[in-house]
Parts: sequence; structure tokens; C-alpha cells
Amino acid sequence: MSHPHEAAEFLKDPAKSKWHDETLWFIRDKRDKMSHTVPEWEELRELASTIKDNVLGNLADYLEEFERNAVENGIQIHWAKDAEEHNEIVLSILRKKDCTAIVKSKSILTEECHLNPFLEKHGVEVVDTDLGERIVQFLNQPPSHIVLPAIHLKKREISELFHEKLNTEKGNEDPYYLTQAARHHLREKFLAAKVAITGVNFGVAETGEFVVCTNEGNADMGVHLADTHIASMGIEKIIPERKHLAVFLRLLARSATGQNITNYNSHFRSPEKGKEIHIILVDNGRTAQLGRENFRNSLKCIRCGACMNTCPIYRRSGGFSYKSTVPGPIGSILSPGLDLKKHSSLPFASTLCGSCTDVCPVKINIHEQLYLWRQEVTKAQGTSLKGLSMKMGNGIFKSPLSYNYSGKIMRLALKNLPTSMIYNPLNVWGKQRDLPPVPKESFKEWYQKNRK
Amino acid sequence: MSSREHILEKIRVLKLDQKPIPTIPDFGINEDLQERFRASISSNKGEMITAEALIFKIESGLFPNVFSTVSDFADFTNQPLPEDSHAFANLDLAILRGQFGVAENGAIWLEDADLKLRVIPFITEHLVVVLDKNELVPTMHQAYDRIGNAASGFGLFIAGPSKTADIEQSLVIGAQGAKSLIVVLI
Amino acid sequence: MINKPTPHIALFIPCYVDQFYPNVAIATLEVLEKLGCKVSYPTNQTCCGQPMANAGFERDTVGTTAHFIETFAAYDYVICPSGSCVLHVKKHSPKAPGLEKEQAALHDKIFEFTEFLTDILGIEKLAGRYPHRIGYHASCHGQRGLRLASCSELHEPPYNKAKKLLENLEGLQWVELARTDECCGFGGTFAVSEEALSVQMGKDRLEDHITHQVEILTGGDMSCIMHLQGIASRQKQSIQFKHLAEILNEAII
Repeated sequence: MSHPHEAAEFLKDPAKSKWHDETLWFIRDKRDKMSHTVPEWEELRELASTIKDNVLGNLADYLEEFERNAVENGIQIHWAKDAEEHNEIVLSILRKKDCTAIVKSKSILTEECHLNPFLEKHGVEVVDTDLGERIVQFLNQPPSHIVLPAIHLKKREISELFHEKLNTEKGNEDPYYLTQAARHHLREKFLAAKVAITGVNFGVAETGEFVVCTNEGNADMGVHLADTHIASMGIEKIIPERKHLAVFLRLLARSATGQNITNYNSHFRSPEKGKEIHIILVDNGRTAQLGRENFRNSLKCIRCGACMNTCPIYRRSGGFSYKSTVPGPIGSILSPGLDLKKHSSLPFASTLCGSCTDVCPVKINIHEQLYLWRQEVTKAQGTSLKGLSMKMGNGIFKSPLSYNYSGKIMRLALKNLPTSMIYNPLNVWGKQRDLPPVPKESFKEWYQKNRK
Repeated sequence: MSSREHILEKIRVLKLDQKPIPTIPDFGINEDLQERFRASISSNKGEMITAEALIFKIESGLFPNVFSTVSDFADFTNQPLPEDSHAFANLDLAILRGQFGVAENGAIWLEDADLKLRVIPFITEHLVVVLDKNELVPTMHQAYDRIGNAASGFGLFIAGPSKTADIEQSLVIGAQGAKSLIVVLI
Repeated sequence: MINKPTPHIALFIPCYVDQFYPNVAIATLEVLEKLGCKVSYPTNQTCCGQPMANAGFERDTVGTTAHFIETFAAYDYVICPSGSCVLHVKKHSPKAPGLEKEQAALHDKIFEFTEFLTDILGIEKLAGRYPHRIGYHASCHGQRGLRLASCSELHEPPYNKAKKLLENLEGLQWVELARTDECCGFGGTFAVSEEALSVQMGKDRLEDHITHQVEILTGGDMSCIMHLQGIASRQKQSIQFKHLAEILNEAII
């Protein structure tokens, strides 16, 4: 199923889709207000973008520097070329530790690798400890937003879910009450888990340390109680020096949720005595994207989600409509790199309005890349304009609406409309819109009469 | 070829242009640091109170199990520092000393030596961080300058109590970590 | 006004404006003439190629692009009442082999209608009368592409070239919206390929204007307006639609 179909389904519930749109717009608005309190905001974006350009241009060196320093500090480094290898590495660590129940904090990379179903298949219980992620985990759904996993759910739905899974009072929708129920439930899991998995927001090459940012404190509750901390890190999460963290931390929370900083920013350098820290450096298509000149910039992403909050399409169609681990504008330029065929409708799920590019804290030219992916999609599909215009002509003139217009006008106006309009475009247009009234003459005709 | 070699080779073969690292200007803020810090803590749903007010709170029996690393409040400690982090599962109040605070966002820096056990600021039900009022820096830039090359195994910027808005964007204070952050500036 | 020698301006009229909204083209012509410009309309012009390129066939528009360059080569300026078409010509038209110099020259001399008035003709304010409540729709390609107005995402001093031209007209009330620059949902082929979304976005834009009692919705791109007008007409909403050039033409002598 393609994005247009999914979007249409989402919009069939106008109250819910309106609520989804307004909720995410509210977050976009908070981001605006918060970014305006930082006079040097645009300079920070430029700095972050330039730092990431430097990273991508020197990635191998930085990865080796990071590894060297981390190892020296007592951290174990693993390298995984793809999702399968990442999952196998996690499993092998768990087997070594004789561990069959773990806790995991938010890591979109582990979603990308489909880690949870893999581990569950091998008899490991995985508890996602971010509240939003636990909620969608209970529902057997993926997160619909990379920062706000349960943004598509109303509290009534969560109340019903918790009544079923956590024995909360039926009908009690109070967010505080529900959160406390989750707190108690997750606390048991934290206290029992011997291995905790986290993601990585930033890995610092200069020091070999990595930073994990949360508001809930769930990443830390997991790792500080466990004996073994596994951190899954995309190779593009590297930054050169510790002081660069200032730039990124000033941008990240403000862009993501409109907060001036996340509650907890944990810097991991060495394990606590008697414990272990493992980092798994994952490629899974990142080196391939690095090789694509037009799309390389997408690797600068710091997974803030601002592009999703600002996207008028995302807000009105929901994260699931993209059928991609990372949805929204950034997902639509990352995912085609992984599977062009599967994600071929994503670059077209956009009006190219450019809002995403302007909110991106690392200045990824998202809307430009969406345009460029469109060119790749049609090339891969092997279509060309010539062959289609024949089909187009036939398709259009089957439409009853077209007979209200002079053939000449229709032919002239519509002969330049391509591809996606081959299936009775006038009928599609006309579902909920009127066509413009037909003038008695075109401008060209008027000009020739009145000016020439 | 190991995956490591494979990945590094795939990157190196691209021979990408090396773009330079930019210089970061010395951004500051044009406000009184204490005022701004106070406002930041407040907007993060933290609380700033005086030492006297804190003592009053503790003495009124609000927190049965207390652990303090701060000498000013050492008398209130009634829990020994355990070997095993799990032992603090019922800790009601932890009082820690922060190294410095960041005015622009209320973030406070603590390292292993300040925490004693990394789990403490998270597992405790309520958290107090004591801070010297002269140890405030304007922005994260000065913060990292201040941290410099310090090589603690763990460092934390904490800026507020644990919170979430995952249930229909309603802000709830007290998700998985401490339910409050009380800052005492002395 | 421009000083001599009098430059020769060519009008570039998007295909759908030529066919469906000739009044917009006439207004564009007449406003430029009222401001002292020498304007012609090369009648052999065709589409700029934008719909094809946005649908993923930029590589198939080389011929269209070459023809476009040749059509306008002899003129000093090319003015178009559509931000998205101008943006396409400058940013997304493929290289036309053998016409590199002319193509580069074209990119320097092609302007959207409002920016030509404010930036090239240097108009600070226009004298005229237009006592209506105006809602401005900032077309995305014009706004974020050509930077015709500041956008709400960026931290920048506010500016708006269209507002500059309209705000001093006597009696004109510029209406502030709840979402100043959200996309209307036209998006070219998006309007048909993602019809449900396109219409919902358009309905939401309209509601913003109608809630704020806008009398006339205006903008610099008839594509957006055609889409919004189509929805308003179907929903029997009594809000009027005019291109900026039409308003200016009615307002100024």
C-alpha cells in the first residue's frame, strides 16, 4: 500500500486527523517560541551543519579515533555492517551474560534493525522503557514518531490498554495516574534487568564518550541498575570534539519538543566498576548513502523530529502512513536509499513546501532531496514522459467533466500534465473541488487581438 | 575481511572532500545568571528553595529514607552508601552537590565523584542538588569549556525532574526518574 | 521606475494562467505598463517544464528548457506572475547543451512579479485605493524558494514583498492568520496523486482565512489560488480570490 492510500484512510476520521494535526502543530509552535529565545539560532544551525559536513568528510578517521579512545576507557566496540549482524551481536552478548530479559530505551536504530522481534524469537523478553514506546509495544505497533512514539493515541485508548495490561482502573484516563502505573511496572523491570540497551545521540571522537538524552530518565534507570550496557550507534552519530556537544545540545531539545534541554544528558565514558559497556557501530546502508552525492547530507540527521512536526502532510496522515521506520520528511529521503521500490511513493508524499528544510537544525536540504529522489524513482521504474502522454490523452478524455470544456483548452492546458494524472485526473480533481470557470478566450488570444 | 575493515574501506574508497571544522564563537547571554538560571529551573518544572526551606521539608518527615553527600545536610543521611545500586530502590531523598549550573537551560553538571553511585539521581524518589551560586555559567559553550578535559567515567547534565508528555501531550512530572528536582543555591 | 535605456520586458505566463486566468496575465501586463515598462508577450512560449520535473522527469524536459531559453533570449527581463514557475526555471531546469551562456543570463534576468516590482523597479509604496480585508496566501515556492517573504521557521527579521506593495493602498486591511505560511496543499501533481491530503490542507487554509473574516484571498501563484478557489466553490464559501496583480491593477491608476 502506498502513502496516498494510507493518508486517505487516516483522513477518514476527520476529528482524529484534525487533533493529530493540531497536536503536532502545537509542538512546532513551541519549537518556534523556544528557538526565538536564542538570538544566535541561525548561526547555531549553520555551525551544526558545518560540523556534520566535516564529520561526513572524515568519517573513517573519526570512527577509528572514537574506537581507540573508547577502548582505552574500557568500552568494548563492535562493528555491524547490517541489521542482521547488529542483532546477532546483541544476542551473542546476551547469551554470554546468560540473560533472557532486558530493558531498552529509545533507539530508532534498533527499530530499524527490527531487534525486538529478533530477540523475542530467540527467547529474550524485551521491555521498551520509554513510556510512549512501552505503550506502542503493548499494542504491537511501531512508534509513529521518532521522538513522540505514541502521539497518534488518545488517552482513552491508553487507559483501556493499561486496564488490560497493567490492571489500572477501568475508565481512569488521568495521565498522572496512568504514568504512575507505568512507573511501577517499569521499575520492576529495571530492577530485574541485567542487560540494558540504549541508543546513542552523539558519539565524541575526541574522547570516546557517548551521550544519551532523555526526559524520563529511563535510559539511565536501565543501564545503572544493569551489569551490562549495550549502546547501538549509527556510524553517522559521531561528532569530532566534546565542545561540539554544546552546539548540538542547544539545538536538539529546542528543535524536538520546544524545551531548552532534555532533563537528562548522560555522558558515558567508562563502565562502573565490575560492569561492562558495549557499543555496536552500525552501517546498515549508511555507507551506501554516504556514497550518494545528492543524498549524503541526510546523514547529518540528529533525529530531532522537527521536520515531522512541521510537515503539513505528516501531521495529516500520521507516521504509519509512511510504512518506514523513520517516517516523515527525513524518512522519505533516508528510506528510498534502503529500498527504492518499497518506498517509491514517499518522495511524492510532499508538496515540496520546504518547511522541513527551514526547521532542520543541521540544515539538511530535505525538500531538495525529495525532488531529487523523484528523479531516481522514475529512472528506476524505467518510465519516460513520451510513452505516458499517449496513455494520458486516453485517460483524460474518458472523463465526463472534460466535455464541459472546449477540447482545445483542455488539450493545451493538460498536455503538459504528466504521470500521476493519467487516471482521469479531472475526476480526481473534481471529487472535492470545482474546476475554474472557463474564460471566453485565452490570454494569448486576447493579446493577439488587443496588443499585436 | 571483518565488518570493521569492510565499513572503513567503504567509506575511504569514496575519497570525500574534507570540509574544515568551524570555529565556535563565544556565545553568551545578556542576563543576570542567577535570574536566568532560576527561570530555567522553574520552566523545567524544577524548584529552587533555600537551605532553610529544605531543612524544614526534611524535618517535617516528608522523606523517610535520605542519603546526602553534601556535608551541610549530612546529619539527615540515614542510609549507608550501598555496594549494589539496587539497594537504593526505596530511597526517598538524595542530596547531591552539583559542580556548576548553566543559566540558559538550568542544566547542572555532576560527575562520578559527585554522584557516588550513578543510579542515585534517577532511582531516588526526590532529588536535591546543592549548587554554589557563584558556579553558574551562561551557556552550554562555557559549560564544556569548564568541563575541559575532565575524564570522569560518567557525567550528567540534569535539568529537571523526570517527566513525560507521552499521554496525549499532557505533561506529567515523575516518569521513570526522580519526581522532583529541588535546587538549593548556597 | 527604471531609467533609460528602457529595458524590454517579456511576460512569461504559465500555461494554466493563459488558459484559465487570462485576467491575471492581463493585469500583470497592465500593472507593468502603468509603472512605465515596455512589455511584450512572446506568443511562441510554452510550458516551463515544472510539472514534468516535479513528477520526476526533469531529464525529459531538456527540449522544453531549450525552447524556453530561446524564446526569452532577446529580452532584458522575464517577468512571471508565478513564483513556482520562476523557481523551477532557476533551480530545477536541466542544463541545455549549447545554450549555457543564455541559460545563465536567463537565470539572472527572470523574476517573479512582486519581487520585480520591489527589488528591480524599487517600489517602496504604491498609491491607490483598495478598501477590503485581504488575506495573503504565501505560496511555498515563492516564499521559501524565492524568499519573497520571511518565513515562520527561520529566525529572521520579518519582511514581505507582497505586503510592501499592498499595505499602503488606502483602506486595505491586511489580515493576520493563525498559521501564516502553511502550505495550501496544491503541490502540482500532488493535488491529484494525494487528493485526500491536498483537499484537507486546502480546507484548513481556507478555514484560517474565513475565520479571520478575509474578504479576498490573494497571493502570487494562481496554482494555489485555483486549488483553494475550487474547494471554496464546492463548499459554497463566499470568499473571493484574486491574484496580487489583479488587486494592484484595480487599485492603482
